[in-house]
Amino acid sequence: MRLKHIFDGLILIALAFAPFYLSAYHLSLLGRFLAVAILSLGLVLTWGWGGILSLGQGVFFGLGGYVLAMHMKLESLAPGDLPDFMMWSGLDHVPAWWAVFRSSGLTLACVVLVPMAAAAVLGWLMFHRRVGGVYFALITQALALAFSTLLISEQAYTGGFNGLTDFTTILGQSVNGPNFGRGLYWVTLSLLTVSFILCQWLRQTNFGKVLVAIRDGENRVRFLGYNAMAFKTVAFAVGGALAGISGALYTLHLGDISPAMVGVVPSIEMVIAVAVGGRESLTGAILGTLLVNFGKDWISSAIPELWLFVMGALFVLVVTVMRGGLAGLVELPFWIMKSRRHKKARSVQSASPAEEEAEAHKVIKA
Amino acid sequence: MKQPSTGATFLRIKAAGIVTAVLSIAFFAVASAPISAQNGSVKVGVLQSLSGTMAISEVTVKNATMLAIDQINASGGVLGKKIVPVVEDGASDPAVFAQKAQKLIQEDNVVTVFGGWTSASRKAMLPVFERFHSLLWYPVQFEGNECSPDIMYSGAQPNQQILPALQWAMEHGKKRIFLLGSDYVFPRTANYILKKHIAHDGGTVAGEEYVPLGGTDFSSVIAKIKAARPDIIFNTLNGDSNVSFFKQMAAAGMTPDKLPVMSFSIAEQEAHAMGPSLVQGSYAAWNYFQSLHNPMNRKFVAAYKARFGRDSVVDDPMVHGYEDVYLWAAAVKKAGSFDPMKVRAAAIQLDWQNSVMGSVKFADNQSLYQTAYVGQLQPDGQFNILWQSKEPLRPEPYDPLAFPGRSCPAK
Amino acid sequence: MWHLPIIAGQVFNGFSVASILLLTALGLALSFGQMNVINMAHGEMLMAGGYLSYLACKFVHGPAAFPCALLTAFAGATILGALLEISVIRWLYGRPLDTLLATWGISLIMQQGARSLFGAIGVEVVAPHWLDGSINFTHGWFAGLSLPYIRIFIILLAIVVLAGLALFIARTRWGQWLRAVHQDREMAGALGINTKRVDLIVFALGSGVAGLAGAALALISPVTPTVGQSYIVYAFLVVIVGGLGSLLGTTIAACLVGLFSAGVQMFTSVSFSDVLLLLMVIVIIQFRPRGLVATRSRALKEA
Repeated sequence: MRLKHIFDGLILIALAFAPFYLSAYHLSLLGRFLAVAILSLGLVLTWGWGGILSLGQGVFFGLGGYVLAMHMKLESLAPGDLPDFMMWSGLDHVPAWWAVFRSSGLTLACVVLVPMAAAAVLGWLMFHRRVGGVYFALITQALALAFSTLLISEQAYTGGFNGLTDFTTILGQSVNGPNFGRGLYWVTLSLLTVSFILCQWLRQTNFGKVLVAIRDGENRVRFLGYNAMAFKTVAFAVGGALAGISGALYTLHLGDISPAMVGVVPSIEMVIAVAVGGRESLTGAILGTLLVNFGKDWISSAIPELWLFVMGALFVLVVTVMRGGLAGLVELPFWIMKSRRHKKARSVQSASPAEEEAEAHKVIKA
Repeated sequence: MKQPSTGATFLRIKAAGIVTAVLSIAFFAVASAPISAQNGSVKVGVLQSLSGTMAISEVTVKNATMLAIDQINASGGVLGKKIVPVVEDGASDPAVFAQKAQKLIQEDNVVTVFGGWTSASRKAMLPVFERFHSLLWYPVQFEGNECSPDIMYSGAQPNQQILPALQWAMEHGKKRIFLLGSDYVFPRTANYILKKHIAHDGGTVAGEEYVPLGGTDFSSVIAKIKAARPDIIFNTLNGDSNVSFFKQMAAAGMTPDKLPVMSFSIAEQEAHAMGPSLVQGSYAAWNYFQSLHNPMNRKFVAAYKARFGRDSVVDDPMVHGYEDVYLWAAAVKKAGSFDPMKVRAAAIQLDWQNSVMGSVKFADNQSLYQTAYVGQLQPDGQFNILWQSKEPLRPEPYDPLAFPGRSCPAK
Repeated sequence: MWHLPIIAGQVFNGFSVASILLLTALGLALSFGQMNVINMAHGEMLMAGGYLSYLACKFVHGPAAFPCALLTAFAGATILGALLEISVIRWLYGRPLDTLLATWGISLIMQQGARSLFGAIGVEVVAPHWLDGSINFTHGWFAGLSLPYIRIFIILLAIVVLAGLALFIARTRWGQWLRAVHQDREMAGALGINTKRVDLIVFALGSGVAGLAGAALALISPVTPTVGQSYIVYAFLVVIVGGLGSLLGTTIAACLVGLFSAGVQMFTSVSFSDVLLLLMVIVIIQFRPRGLVATRSRALKEA
């Protein structure tokens, strides 16, 4: 276990020094994708460990992003002025529920709390009626569609299809300043690290263990007296909060948030990045997110028409033949080695074959 | 995941580390391969959607832009340098536009960028161009209300397209107007401005409806149109929604000859793709029609067809994408430099330029003086020009009636 | 807004939207109920049906063109569905979430394939002459109401397909096998029914019906590479509201969604009605988590 931490630490060091060996452009890309990786950690928690597949993570990503964007939009205004989209939508003053985001403390709290609360409410509504699995995935997908439609149609309050853009400062820092990009990169990396440690810790608590047990046999856990609904709701809410942080950071990196980044397609792309990296491995999810996003950037530049083919094939391939993703691929030789060793051990100790089979089955299922 | 033994963990870590290292090296090696810079050449960016839903429109603008670059290169380039275009794909995604704009400026060191179609893509690119003080040439009509110092807006402002169309409709006794659009910023803002002017000019708004982008069901909307009995529909629907709309209108017995439709997003390209029979007889307002009679236009259409096929058609945004390159070249010559800030200053001091769409000139708000036309679609897919403004109209990013007291900051 | 002809017109529009939704959702509901498989590429079957009917209309002219187009769309989509089942779905039984992701990948590939083959802009199928025009009421309570023949045709098509499917399931041997597998897969298998082949038939049939929906849809709107995407999310909502694998439930849910949208759209924008629709579905799920017509089962299924 200690060695694994050292490995993660090495990756962290490599990432922390990235500003010194990457060009400014690639650093900004890396920072942006690391921001998305925070959301991926949430997906590992809810999907990989909890078995709850959400195809609407974009909603929570968007809530975090929009909350921060509202604050920055207000900060960039001269006193008494209106954001441009409010003006051309016929509003004559900033609505009160917008104006409260002038406070930076409240904004930072809401970046986490709003998506978390939204996820908790949705999770509770679904889980307490034991709606799960495919039903849940489809409803969250419809939610992503409804959310982006709503953002587009409520132009007076959301900036509509264009979204929110043209920010000047955040917490007194100019977003166009020379050192802003580098600073933001380190902030992103720190938050990613904190989220990583949080998830790692959650996995080892009783909470994490029960969560995995619910994934593998919800009814059995229920019959043991656990309130499965509460566990799932909490996991989903934490996933939502991580998505919110991720969305806020992404908005800062890009200087823009729009409905195109929160709808059905981006939501499902987030899931596939995690599947590529390995849905149960935190490190895998981060690397998968980086790989898919850099891959998209590169392939779509080189051969734009090919991107959707590659993406589609990746989906099919990852779920049919390499379920563990990158992490599983790395683990495969060790699993084979291990089962060989088991065989040897079995010939000596003559362990029950049923047990062995169950063990292997578990690995394949995981 | 199962708990592996310590030895296995160590090996696993090594393997994972190697995989990661190889992958990252591969990526950065590919991504940051230096593009050889030649002496005597200058790089410009061309950024349009080559994939995704907007590709159908934006590829044609890219083609027109490339044609202009090649023509200028063939006649000796700019300031003795050959223009080298770096083409990037915006993938119909605003975030990708912002990302690629940054790449063009930071990695490729282009001196300027031609591109963008949707307002969302322009809004996403705006902070990038402002941060790096570069210059974007934006070729499409839009809702106004923006004047970034780092963007040259050659597409029509609202007062150069939608208001002339309103003026034409009013002059022809069509005073009950139904506003129909796709649900995004241009239609909503255009209709906001239109409503102010309709009220001011003594007309009536018979109704206002929006359909989600890409929407195909118009049954409820058509029911509302029927109930409202308008004289004319002002249509800001985008893309394929138009086909559904006109088809379902025809099925309900309301063809363009019975209930006129004035469209702001149907040009020759769209009419060609939809099949002109469906939309024939409907009206459109633009700053350019392929059927314009002037020698420069004849030459341009011939050159475009020679390169992209005899069946290809040209339209307003393409011509703006084409003229943007010539205007940039003229400004570079005047400034004697490729520096974006100097080029911008020179561009607004340029005199009247002869262009494919008539005389044009940049105003000090970085938008273009241009002539407005109203045309009616013929069975052959071309527009018969019914009306044109008496002179090139001064661009007004902020409509004085809808947004009193606002204007672009003085430079 | 409260005139009788307008209300009647909206009810009619609601049913016409419901018909397309029903044709799209039937296949989904069948394969979901039967195999617990969610096919995200189902919308692309609809798209394929649209393009196939476009091709058929290009090569066949005269009065035979349109029936021929319907047939081509149905047959083509059926074959595509069978291929998809054999190549991907079959390997993912028992892993519904993975099927969902894999078929989403297939749908991306099919969309880009259509874009490369036919271009990004929509193609058109021109309706035959006998579908031009509409029934117009000029007198009486419904004066001013007009019902386009095309929409009447789509409603009739949905009714015919629904009746055909119901008969197939209730009266034929294959239908009997299908019900048997649906009720108890292991037992059906033990009694000698080739469950794999039944799955294949159900899946292919469902895809074929979606292909028909595509051909019908092509009459009123253009066929684009993304046409399936704009219907699939609603079709899923219909399946969720209707209940697993129930023809009756799916039909009721499709009508409910169609009428709800048509009704709400008279008062709000189309965009906002989409949001209200989702809220309605979430509310319904609170009361009937297994759908309006739930198959009763004592098994503790963990779908």
